[in-house]
Amino acid sequence: MSMRGFWPAVPALLLLFFFFLFPVVRMLGFSLEGGSFDWYAKALGEGLYLRVFWNTFEIALLVTFFCLLLGYPLGFLMATTTPLWATVGFIFVLLPLWTSVLVRTYAWMVLLGRNGVFNRLLIDAGIVEDPLPLLHNFTGVMIGMVHVLLPYMVLPVYGAVRRLDPAIVAAAEGLGASSWRIFWRIYLPLTLNGIFAGAVIVFVLSLGFYITPALLGGGRVIMIAVLIEQQVRETLNWPFAAALSAVLLAFTFAVYALAQRFTRPQETA
Amino acid sequence: MSRRLLVVACGLIYFFLMLPLLVVFPISLSSAPYMQFPPPGFSWQWYERYLDDPQWIEATWRSLYIGVSTAILALALGVPLAFSLVRAKFRGRAVIERLALAPIIVPTIILSVAVYGIFAKLKLIGAWYGLVVAHTVLALPFVVLVMMAGLRDFDRGLEQAAEGLGASRWQTLRRITLPLLRPSLVSAGLLAFISSFDEVVVALFLAGANMTLPKKMFDNILMEIDPTIAAVSVIQILLVSLVLVLIGRFGRGLSGSAR
Amino acid sequence: MQESAELRIEGAAKRFGEVAALDGVSLQVARGELLTILGPSGSGKTTLLKVVAGFEKPDAGSVKIDGVEITALPPARRDIGMVFQNYALFPHLTVERNVAFPLEMRNVAKPEIVRRVAEALALVELAGYEQRLPRQLSGGQQQRVALARAIVFNPRLLLLDEPFGALDRKLRETMQLEVRRLQRRLGLTTIFITHDQEEALVLSDRVAVMNKGTIQQIATTTEIYERPANDFVADFVGESNIFHGTMSAPGEVTLEGGRTLKVRSDKSAGAKVGVLMRPERFDTGGANLFTGDVIESVYLGTSFKLRLACAGGLELLVRQPARGPLPATGARIEVGIDPEAIHVF
Repeated sequence: MSMRGFWPAVPALLLLFFFFLFPVVRMLGFSLEGGSFDWYAKALGEGLYLRVFWNTFEIALLVTFFCLLLGYPLGFLMATTTPLWATVGFIFVLLPLWTSVLVRTYAWMVLLGRNGVFNRLLIDAGIVEDPLPLLHNFTGVMIGMVHVLLPYMVLPVYGAVRRLDPAIVAAAEGLGASSWRIFWRIYLPLTLNGIFAGAVIVFVLSLGFYITPALLGGGRVIMIAVLIEQQVRETLNWPFAAALSAVLLAFTFAVYALAQRFTRPQETA
Repeated sequence: MSRRLLVVACGLIYFFLMLPLLVVFPISLSSAPYMQFPPPGFSWQWYERYLDDPQWIEATWRSLYIGVSTAILALALGVPLAFSLVRAKFRGRAVIERLALAPIIVPTIILSVAVYGIFAKLKLIGAWYGLVVAHTVLALPFVVLVMMAGLRDFDRGLEQAAEGLGASRWQTLRRITLPLLRPSLVSAGLLAFISSFDEVVVALFLAGANMTLPKKMFDNILMEIDPTIAAVSVIQILLVSLVLVLIGRFGRGLSGSAR
Repeated sequence: MQESAELRIEGAAKRFGEVAALDGVSLQVARGELLTILGPSGSGKTTLLKVVAGFEKPDAGSVKIDGVEITALPPARRDIGMVFQNYALFPHLTVERNVAFPLEMRNVAKPEIVRRVAEALALVELAGYEQRLPRQLSGGQQQRVALARAIVFNPRLLLLDEPFGALDRKLRETMQLEVRRLQRRLGLTTIFITHDQEEALVLSDRVAVMNKGTIQQIATTTEIYERPANDFVADFVGESNIFHGTMSAPGEVTLEGGRTLKVRSDKSAGAKVGVLMRPERFDTGGANLFTGDVIESVYLGTSFKLRLACAGGLELLVRQPARGPLPATGARIEVGIDPEAIHVF
């Protein structure tokens, strides 16, 4: 069907070229203003900005860790339960996933604020005297991001556990293995692919996150995306924003490339 | 025993997932004049505020027609693209597939800033069709993924049968292939719509004074935690639930057979 | 009413990479005839069908219908009715819409369509099923709808590709007779593809046995069964005892291993020949006698099937009508066969 089958793809490709490839490349090009790497030097050299990169990286790692911790049990349970409960589980995962990030972030503001739900409950119950600082700081951002990104971890894990041959588990049980042993020695190693896929997705998404740190961070938690936005809208420093974007993009690609290398060629998402 | 523990733990995690969505409901019905928890009484005031405010309604309306336009454009471009990727053989097919899925991989902030740069030059900031185009770029990967999955499971013997019975390529497409792909088309279209309706980052840059709903919400949240936002959030959650139900009923996901 | 056509294939050849799926195939199907193409999987029969239908272009050779060359015509314009093994009914259309489809493609007027669909469904005895969906029908019913759909537009030729493979035995037999009946009634030139030799014998006017991309033999069912042209055909159709040897004298064959047989053949002395003896042609006596020990015996209700080890390393498969007790393993039995019952090729 050689070239003839190519034509239907053309309109989409034109769109992608003019409104995706071209703008991104053009913008990244700004970073080389004057043909020099000065802006990159600033982005990676100055302590202030280096700290932002480091912060972002740190947060992404922590968020990924927590998502793993909370997401694996969920995916595991959903994959090993009856179809009815699995559907229920899916609803509880998909509904937050597709609810606007804004709505979810706003809800966290309501929950975590000084006069928010948590603090009110804690104070009324007499557990604490003063409201806990849960918002407009690192803690708030962490909670918010974990909440937003958790579904992205649950779904790949679910897929991986589903693909596991139940006969293997039955065999292990028949041989006298305890549930804990089965989990540790069988489920975990054989679903590593799913875990890995989920972790990569969550990590990369965390790196580029904007909304949640912007709203829940209260200006104190600066992640790369927030910095880029500031540079473009407030400081109007396009070349610098471009350099920051280029570094972010490079990092994102590097993580994906590494993920490809280390994924055992078993199955795809 | 450990199973019981797992179920309890998961119950807590599910609670964590749903908590924000649940908390928004009572807040939206609060009778207090500002953000207060627990709400002192019941009132529809925030919903009324929302419905009475022309800015809110306009923003909602704009998001709706931008969303629908995005879905239409994304389908119009993405479906043929998916056909090409699954059925045609040409050099660089793998590269094109990567390109089609790239908008998911590239951080949205970068795309937003880049397109903002272009649109500012073209004086397209605030134009609704500019936003449609940008949203279509973001929605395209979803459409392509869903359609490719549907096409892969499609029985081409049916198309052969149609041809043998005298149907031209176009007739086969119109009468047999597309109708049978309807579940995938529905899912893809709804996904594209929702992704546009919810989209914040690009809208922040491109909408200018003509706000989409998410942009207005964002500004509102930054400036004041007005419980009107809660009312809007509830409406939003209900809309997403509706879309989920529609997909469940008429659509088809990335895996599994048509319902 | 369009008349059914004569089909002529000349020298069709098709390669897929290294493999020659069709290697110079020529055949002719007369008007109103039912020809079965019989062969194992990989023999090229499906490829041949696809070439006739237009889904494959042959590397060489031509396909002519009523003398007109159609080799380059797309499938949609060939006016050929087809029935596939997996029915290929359109799942989203009712039975009525399925059968009406080819008529709609030909822009037939609405009232005419309704009439002809009803007619076709009546022919396959599914009148009243118009509004059902394919998934509400049994396998046999679906196949009948497929048949109705294939003939409703009066094709010049009908092709059936192993249509009954997915049905159970009883149903298959019923459908075979139905197809035969329908085909005779409509006088439609038909090609039927199968790997089931029993099916071929039941349905056909003539049979073309294929193997490895070539036609081994085309002949009537009787010819194919009683006078196969070579080892392959002899072995593929029915059960057989096949041996090789040379004509040692007129009417006599010496097999490898030394045993001689009296046969009826006009092959000259010294010719290398194959010899076929059908298991059911053995009797208790005959011009050629064999004594052997039973190494295997099977009771089949109406007959016994015995495997005998005879002198000279000869192993025979014998079928006898079930009379008396089943001979036990190790029993010594004598069977015989007359020269007329032996086929020399």
